[in-house]
Amino acid sequence: MGQASLCPRIGLEEQPPSRGKASVDARIVQELRAIVGPRGLITSAEELHTYECDALTNFRVMPLGVLLPESTEQVQSILRVCHRERIPFVARGSGTGLSGGALPVENGVVISLTRMNRILEIDLPNARVVAEPGVVNLDITGRVLGQEYFYAPDPSSQSVCSIGGNVAENSGGAHCLKYGFTTTHVLGLEVVLPDGTLVHLGAKALDAPGYDLAGVFVGSEGTLGIATKVILRIVKRPECVHTLLAAFPSTNEAGAAVSDIIAAGMLPAAIEMMDRLAIRAAEAAVHANYPDCGALLLVELDGPVAEVQYLMAHVNEICRNRSASEIRVAQSEVERALVWKGRKAAFAAMGRISPNYIVQDGVIPRTALPQVMSEIERLSKEAGVRVANVFHAGDGNLHPLVLYDRRIDGQQAAAEALSYKILEICIAAGGSITGEHGVGEDKKLAMSKMFSEPDLATMQRVRCAFDPLQLSNPTKIFPTPRLCGEKPGKYAAHPLEAAGIAERF
Amino acid sequence: MDAGLFSGAVPGIAAFESSARAIVGPEHIHPAREISESAKATDNSGGADFSLYPWIRASDENAIPPKLRVEPANEQELARILKLANESGLAVIPCGGGTKLAWGNPGQRADIILSTARLGAIVDYACSDLTVTVEAGCTVKQLRDTLSQLGQRLALDPLWPSRATVGGVVSANDSGVLRLRFGSLRDLIIGVTLALPDGTLAKSGGKVVKNVAGYDLPKLVTGALGTLGVITRATFRIHPMPKQSRTISCLAQDVREAQRLVLAIQDSKLAHSALQIRFVQSMQPQIDVLFEASEAGLSAQIEQLKTILAPAAVIDPGPAVWNARQELYSTAKDKTSNSALAKISVLPTHIAESYAALATIASNRVHFQAVVQATGIGFVYFEATPAELASALQSLRARLEAQGGSLMIAHRPSAMPPLDAWGHPGDALPLMRAVKKQFDPKNTLNPGRFVGGI
Repeated sequence: MGQASLCPRIGLEEQPPSRGKASVDARIVQELRAIVGPRGLITSAEELHTYECDALTNFRVMPLGVLLPESTEQVQSILRVCHRERIPFVARGSGTGLSGGALPVENGVVISLTRMNRILEIDLPNARVVAEPGVVNLDITGRVLGQEYFYAPDPSSQSVCSIGGNVAENSGGAHCLKYGFTTTHVLGLEVVLPDGTLVHLGAKALDAPGYDLAGVFVGSEGTLGIATKVILRIVKRPECVHTLLAAFPSTNEAGAAVSDIIAAGMLPAAIEMMDRLAIRAAEAAVHANYPDCGALLLVELDGPVAEVQYLMAHVNEICRNRSASEIRVAQSEVERALVWKGRKAAFAAMGRISPNYIVQDGVIPRTALPQVMSEIERLSKEAGVRVANVFHAGDGNLHPLVLYDRRIDGQQAAAEALSYKILEICIAAGGSITGEHGVGEDKKLAMSKMFSEPDLATMQRVRCAFDPLQLSNPTKIFPTPRLCGEKPGKYAAHPLEAAGIAERF
Repeated sequence: MDAGLFSGAVPGIAAFESSARAIVGPEHIHPAREISESAKATDNSGGADFSLYPWIRASDENAIPPKLRVEPANEQELARILKLANESGLAVIPCGGGTKLAWGNPGQRADIILSTARLGAIVDYACSDLTVTVEAGCTVKQLRDTLSQLGQRLALDPLWPSRATVGGVVSANDSGVLRLRFGSLRDLIIGVTLALPDGTLAKSGGKVVKNVAGYDLPKLVTGALGTLGVITRATFRIHPMPKQSRTISCLAQDVREAQRLVLAIQDSKLAHSALQIRFVQSMQPQIDVLFEASEAGLSAQIEQLKTILAPAAVIDPGPAVWNARQELYSTAKDKTSNSALAKISVLPTHIAESYAALATIASNRVHFQAVVQATGIGFVYFEATPAELASALQSLRARLEAQGGSLMIAHRPSAMPPLDAWGHPGDALPLMRAVKKQFDPKNTLNPGRFVGGI
């Protein structure tokens, strides 16, 4: 995938994992195999390689083994063993995450939920779907489209990414400007806690008594337990969807048009922006027939026909007033698909113009866009590293693509440094280090730039309530390891070594 | 030296008072009792409830009412006061406008009312970014007035806006009819600063709508009834004010028909902002639909709606019908001795069935009225003797819980037999207790008022 680390100091070059035989007692292996069956346990080195990273490929750790449970009961049994033996675990969906959230942890196991892929219930009158974590995002929509419903969160990887992974990352997508994020659409969860206990958070009916722990679990990046069932809200398809494509001289005019649209009191379903470099790459890759210009704006409005037509006329006028040279409005599904094609292919298209690239994910208050853009441009020139920009412009979510050539000495380091600086710019502008890709392994260090020590310690309290032994994806999100309660020795030491476990996996 | 307002009355309180004076100044510490008199005298909102004592006494004749009300000037002072109370072993009741102090169970202990009255600032209104950061004590009305000047709003219609504060509304998770389209507080709150009992001031979330860095503590404290920490400020996403709005109502033949129509509207492609059914005992239910759009969008949608509702005749009753929920609450508060108010939650397809259960349970001994939103959230006003109220509430809760719903008692007469305000919290209760223990290990904040004795 050609991506690189933001934080080279914690990359594997400096800290190679113990690729030697980390080991687990034969008795435990047998016990785990008895739980998932012989086909549910992977231990051979060549098969394990598939699981040593997610879509952020520059971090790699070999897991001790991979378990493929098929039921909630099996997940519970596995976690009871892990808890008893103090074996850390990492849950994994389709492995499309971009922050290393599903990166295995040293001396731990990976629990892949791909075999738990059934849609358990479709309740159209109440607009609810109950799904297992391994169900692919787009399959939810596939099952309800015939009745004119859809599942709104639409991360770019939606044809392969899993609902369980979406829950872990609180995935967004282009349309969350209007429809919200995964957390908006998750009403309840069945969760296996790290000690094997089964709990139900939230429910099909709203406002279940007690703390909103479903709201806390979504986006916790696998650090609080494993979701085994997810109650989702689905949405009726709008009467119509119109998509406008406008070409501007630069991102400044395009950004001004976005501001005008918001100021006019509109809430489009999506507002996307691409700069010249991103447009050229997309053209080279998929020939979306985009105009060659300084910035493209893609505005999608949906809803009742009369309302959409009225608002679209207004958007058109706004774009003209901000010097748009060319405006196209797609009304049919085919026209829409073509307009979106280039945008959706934008990340992968970078391969056409650069051998390597880093996908960054930062958020700024939308009004800071011109200032942040010129800052990125300045840094890019200074570093001699090109940056292509793709934005979810409506909500200020930037995806700068930092382009480099690994073969040229020093380029990777320069690209990584620039990518990290972009996050600092986002924080300084009052934004966030991640809008939808998560912190994972990749941005742990940036967490301390965005949050103070008391902020992080307070979040840690939540983790200690769910997972006092810190076995669930223990090394992610937080910059420094922390302990819960007053039993430090037990966890700090290598649990498996401490137990004197013999080689086996 | 002043001997203090309550020196010697409760162990630790004299020392607390003297230290608290040094933090906030003596003029910002009052006897807790004063709050009810002064507030009642000035309250014209029709909803505020400063009668603290009924809920303190409800479960225990010997319970000690709160002694002091402390009004810190800023979040640092608030955190220091909270820490001081925590170290002194005193129970703290965080308080904004005091409109919902009767919600939840009677407190096990109550020593200090920690008021956010002086934390009322609108800290950062980023109108072009559609976000606003406010201090917890800012009233909903004040926020609303500020936003409306620039044609924007917090898309939330909580109870008693002129009195209710942002912190209180978040803690009580109080949302109204706009929830159907814009979600509830959990969907609008994007950042929060919390004061914890150990004096920590921690922020979570941020000032941008899209943000997945770290755990979502804004959601954790939404609806936590102040049992985990005191919210000192919050950031919300805001929405543009609609260009036009129109309400359309019609009568349904009966409850089944009302449910059928609501589900049909939900299954249509209309983009309505609110949808509710009003029930008055032994009368035809009334359905209200709120549209917010451009003039062109409005007329087209109203025509479509008429087709769905046909043959029922539609009327435009004006926006007052959207006060139905608050009217039920306010009526319950006015008739304190023989009324109760419950918030219920059911699946939309269970509305008719739940109503039938309610009618049977009430029979002719209990008078009731209800308003149920298309989300399945409803509000039921009961009028009967305290014993009959308890029995009706309990029976209805059992019926709702059996089909996956819930019933929360927001108001009840002090003479009513003890009945848990929340109902069954499910198998996550031990986890909720673990969370509480992490945030408030000494059980300082609102002890006993939340689910399962938290």
